[in-house]
Amino acid sequence: MALRRIRADLHIHSCLSPCGDLSIYPRRIVERASAAGIGVVGVCDHNTAGNAAAVINAARGSGLTVLPGMEIASEEEVHVLGLFPSLAALRPLEEEIARDLPRLSAKEAARQDQVLVGEDDEVLGFHPLHLLGATRRTLSEIVELIHRRGGLAIAAHIDREAFSIVSQLGFIPPGLAIDALEVSPLTTIARARETIRPPARFPLVRFSDAHRPEEIGRATTDFLLAAPTFEEIRMALKAERGRRVCRP
Amino acid sequence: MTLAEIVKRLNLKVYAGEGGLARPVSGGYAGDLLSDVIAHSRKDQLWITLQIHPNVIAVAALKDLAAIVFVNGREPAPETAAQAEKERIPLCGTTLSAYELAGRAYALGLLEK
Repeated sequence: MALRRIRADLHIHSCLSPCGDLSIYPRRIVERASAAGIGVVGVCDHNTAGNAAAVINAARGSGLTVLPGMEIASEEEVHVLGLFPSLAALRPLEEEIARDLPRLSAKEAARQDQVLVGEDDEVLGFHPLHLLGATRRTLSEIVELIHRRGGLAIAAHIDREAFSIVSQLGFIPPGLAIDALEVSPLTTIARARETIRPPARFPLVRFSDAHRPEEIGRATTDFLLAAPTFEEIRMALKAERGRRVCRP
Repeated sequence: MTLAEIVKRLNLKVYAGEGGLARPVSGGYAGDLLSDVIAHSRKDQLWITLQIHPNVIAVAALKDLAAIVFVNGREPAPETAAQAEKERIPLCGTTLSAYELAGRAYALGLLEK
């Protein structure tokens, strides 16, 4: 099968994240990503995938592939992206994560702007849990839980001064089974290699961490794939069968 | 002041690395972001933290810290304790908060030399 370059932005928040802008709702995500030449997006709200179905449905017929995911906070407050082939694969983990998060009062939930929406961008309600909280699972437990459900685990924004594996833990723990390391739009992959010096066995990727629509695609990673699918991206991160992460 | 004296006077629990209790301690550092501790802690300090990930042992060894004290009753994971024995880093614990423990250590006269 012929391989081609496919652009991905696998770290996009929706209006469900408390820090996400209200305007980053499903149809806007699809429009902006398509306009930016992106073939695959990952919807990763903090500790939930509550809006992922809406984005998947909004993208139907657009040619854009939407991978459901979550940006999970470990006990050490390291943020990890968990990306999944399907919502069915992700749901059990989402339920487990939810048990670790404190419940908000209705008033607090409204103030947090954790907006659950449908595929036509209609407001369905407010998420009742404290989504910006940390879970009670260690980083290695989170990675293991993601893998057990067939997902990919990517350490988020490793160059950031907060909530990154480097800020929280000083360095990348040897033996950690993480699938890739993400650098933020604040730096480049080349600069991150120089300053952080991550072990060479981890692929480096760069995504937007968009919290508003105009940020979608401000950082992307091209993959050499046969098709814009989860399995192809998994193979690319493992450098299997010719699939790979393209150099920026 | 030796670590043994501090352990006794602050009523700390010792989880691992008892071999290092005779070590002299000079001041302390409190922090949970390991990148910050790497940047700012100094040799022979008592490190006060709630972070129990095994990486704390490597940081303490790297900076030649005298000991780690886990606050808020947090206990090291078995892997962390095993690493501590290997690297000879004493691991202690208290139910006090970081603020309370640092205040009491300061009041004992545990200051920088």
